[in-house]
Amino acid sequence: MMRGCSRSKSTQNLDRTVCMTNCPTLIVTVGLPARGKTYISKKLTRYLNWIGVPTREFNVGQYRRECLKIYKSFEFFRPDNEEGLKIRQQCASAALNDVRQYLADGGQVAVFDATNTTRERRETITVFAEQNGFKVFFVESVCEDPEVIAENIVQVKLGSPDYTNCNTEEAMEDFKKRIKCYENSYETLDEVLDRHLSYIKIMDVGRRYLVNQVQDHIQSRIVYYLMNIHITPRSIYLCRHGESDLNVKGCIGGDSGLSPRGKEFAKYLRQFIQSQEISDLKVWTSQMKRTIQTAEAVSVPYEQWKALNEIDAGVCEEMMYEEIQQHYPLEFAMRDQDKYRYRYPKGESYEDLVQRLEPVIMELERQENVLVICHQAVMRCLLAYFLDKTAEELPYLKCPLHTVLKLTPVAYGCKVESIYLNVDAVNTHRERPEVGIHTYIHTYIHTYIHTYIHTCMHTLI
Amino acid sequence: MEYIMRRRCDSAASVPQLTNSPTLIVMVGLPARGKTYISKKLSRYLNWIGVPTKVFNLGQYRREAVQSYKNFEFFRPDNEEAMQIRRACATNALKDVVIYFSKDHGQVAVFDATNTTRERRISIVSFSKEKGYKVFFVESICDDPDIIAQNITEVKVSSPDYVNCDKDEAQADFLKRIECYKQSYVPLDDEKDRHLSYIKIFNVGSRYLVNRVQDHIQSRIVYYLMNIHVTPRSIFLSRHGESELNLLGRIGGDSGLSPRGHKYATALGGFIKGQHIKDLKVWTSHMKRTIQTAEHLGIPYEQWKALNEIDAGVCEELTYEDIQENHPEEFALRDQDKYRYRYPNGESYEDLVHRLEPVIMELERQENVLVVCHQAVMRCLLAYLLDKTSDELPYLKCPLHTVLKLTPVAYGCRVEHICLNIEAVNTHRERPGNVDVTRDPEEALKTIPEHF
Repeated sequence: MMRGCSRSKSTQNLDRTVCMTNCPTLIVTVGLPARGKTYISKKLTRYLNWIGVPTREFNVGQYRRECLKIYKSFEFFRPDNEEGLKIRQQCASAALNDVRQYLADGGQVAVFDATNTTRERRETITVFAEQNGFKVFFVESVCEDPEVIAENIVQVKLGSPDYTNCNTEEAMEDFKKRIKCYENSYETLDEVLDRHLSYIKIMDVGRRYLVNQVQDHIQSRIVYYLMNIHITPRSIYLCRHGESDLNVKGCIGGDSGLSPRGKEFAKYLRQFIQSQEISDLKVWTSQMKRTIQTAEAVSVPYEQWKALNEIDAGVCEEMMYEEIQQHYPLEFAMRDQDKYRYRYPKGESYEDLVQRLEPVIMELERQENVLVICHQAVMRCLLAYFLDKTAEELPYLKCPLHTVLKLTPVAYGCKVESIYLNVDAVNTHRERPEVGIHTYIHTYIHTYIHTYIHTCMHTLI
Repeated sequence: MEYIMRRRCDSAASVPQLTNSPTLIVMVGLPARGKTYISKKLSRYLNWIGVPTKVFNLGQYRREAVQSYKNFEFFRPDNEEAMQIRRACATNALKDVVIYFSKDHGQVAVFDATNTTRERRISIVSFSKEKGYKVFFVESICDDPDIIAQNITEVKVSSPDYVNCDKDEAQADFLKRIECYKQSYVPLDDEKDRHLSYIKIFNVGSRYLVNRVQDHIQSRIVYYLMNIHVTPRSIFLSRHGESELNLLGRIGGDSGLSPRGHKYATALGGFIKGQHIKDLKVWTSHMKRTIQTAEHLGIPYEQWKALNEIDAGVCEELTYEDIQENHPEEFALRDQDKYRYRYPNGESYEDLVHRLEPVIMELERQENVLVVCHQAVMRCLLAYLLDKTSDELPYLKCPLHTVLKLTPVAYGCRVEHICLNIEAVNTHRERPGNVDVTRDPEEALKTIPEHF
């Protein structure tokens, strides 16, 4: 139902957003090697995709590796290496070409992840964007802290394909020389010379930001996001409430309390949390009885978020799947067609949930150690954000009762540990069924015709 | 019992529990740089999202101390007597801040003064440290003479200080006042002040420098400050045209427009055309009645689920008489605290505000916008724009078939009510005299509006 909004490309922007998207946006990273550009690119891409803005990153290093096949040493990056420069130029062009293709093909934001350390290179990109009608937003990362840089190198460079055949010291040495190759020609974004550009300059891993000429909504959201993320080591624990009385009955939704097994789980959860010896753990619940009761048993102060409430199943609240099949068969089939976008009558869709959960994600980014006690659909949405799952995968992610997922950011992603706390519970996971709507209609028509003919024959007789 | 429990650890407000220390926001900047504008706007926003905030404007304290302002000489740096008075005023203001935090349950205080010397800022920082308050500086830097002149015209010339002067005298004196501060002005320094938390706003928002954001509320403040602008524009608020359910006195639901409702929509289209608004954006909810209204305008519109009417849960599509008959206790509880009361399986006004926060943020970013929405939603938006308290909010009058045109001016908003002269039912229910759960049905139903 997006009538009246002819500008919006996809039907994605249903609930919330203004058509953020007149022209596509090209985000351009800027900075010396090992300043977190790829980390930022990937994280930002993950976030934007999760909130429904089709985004893709284009890492020039990847293009170089494909072109060059074998990386020998830092010498490739020497400013006087004519051949090296040519190849690197070609790679950048190839990447920009793919950017153009992507943004013409339904992409909304492209993240061009490269050093882009000279004004000349940035000028080329700006011209390219202008010619194609893209808005440009620069994200520069500036950092002089040798410890942070060394840590970066250890976490993501040593394991890079470039250094598969080197030992740690060799790799470290070579990479440092690589950085040196860029240092002389590095022209940071300048307050005066670049005052007409739109950019954010991130200094010292987020201690300080300089934000210039934010043009529109999406850039404003990007700035807000970048200003809330951090790299302090921490873990996020996700789990559902303990088994509830309605779970036991096989009913969805509602606001019931914990079953005896659910209460047992809450006790085990408390033990588990204590054993983890987490410093300054924050505990969040929804405003529904079953998560609150679970948190109460953990005996730690907790905060209630309405935004963490389970998906509203509207007319299907508190029904069993069999009942839904019986009373709303068409709705049931439609949901299976597109479980992400399907909205229960008078209820919500997963897409609505994501929208609702965005402030929770933003605050999770700001925080350090957090335990989120929530619900199946909610947990699927949060998990999809952390593990970069698509809208198709999201509604089928496995989030069983009585299992804690411990997520620890590492390198460019997240390490997941699944800890089952050994208290039995019902299984509430429903896989995507093989029967689609076509089969439903086929069966329906078949049954209808059969019944009709049968009735006719009886009447005749 | 249930309802009360729900409230206890409630984080319905848009911010997670701010159990920690109160925050002192300290403005920094020469006169006529928008400090008071920012202070008032920020305070309005924070109060609306549920963070108790108050502005402490040093100029007010000075006016109370000095009674009648003569001229800029008061502000000369070599005026010892005046300096003493001004220092005393600052001390008094900070004393009031302490009372606000400790006794009045304030969460954020905005200290609106020039605070242009390092010395003054250092003393504020030690004061805060001693009391356990977090400090966040907001510095406004502007060297565009046109903007400054505009500022002076909009808010200084009409200040109590210049009540007996003509425009040009006032302007000239004020410019000399600014000069008095310029010599001793030391802006926040990248190096020397690197341990402070602050945002520096350059030239009304073309550039920002943000240093050491400490926590959630500071992050929200930064985000807000980075989204507001001062470009002249108008915000038009209107409800959908009268709906079928309106006619029957039923709340909620998702019905279409009545014949009169359609008439209104056409009239609205005519009105909008007549206003000759440049680049008007039109927003609706996802509900039929707002969409049908917008369709008559012949302008592209965007649908926001966040603009949907308040969810009345079990009371959806009931008349007030039905509610009194089937849920008399809930009905009374709602009258007791209409802002926080949440319909069973539904929402409260407080929830609505939370839901509407991204709409407000985008409204701030935009310029000319027409929002076609619903009664409760419009009350929330209006309360934000006109700085109404949570007690007043649920009783703001937002009748059908009336457009509100809001134009920011000076420190507030000018409101024009334009009734488009198409008849409609009244949907406004005043708070009845008796809100006790034991009241008689007649007392509960005393104030319900008429319906078919």
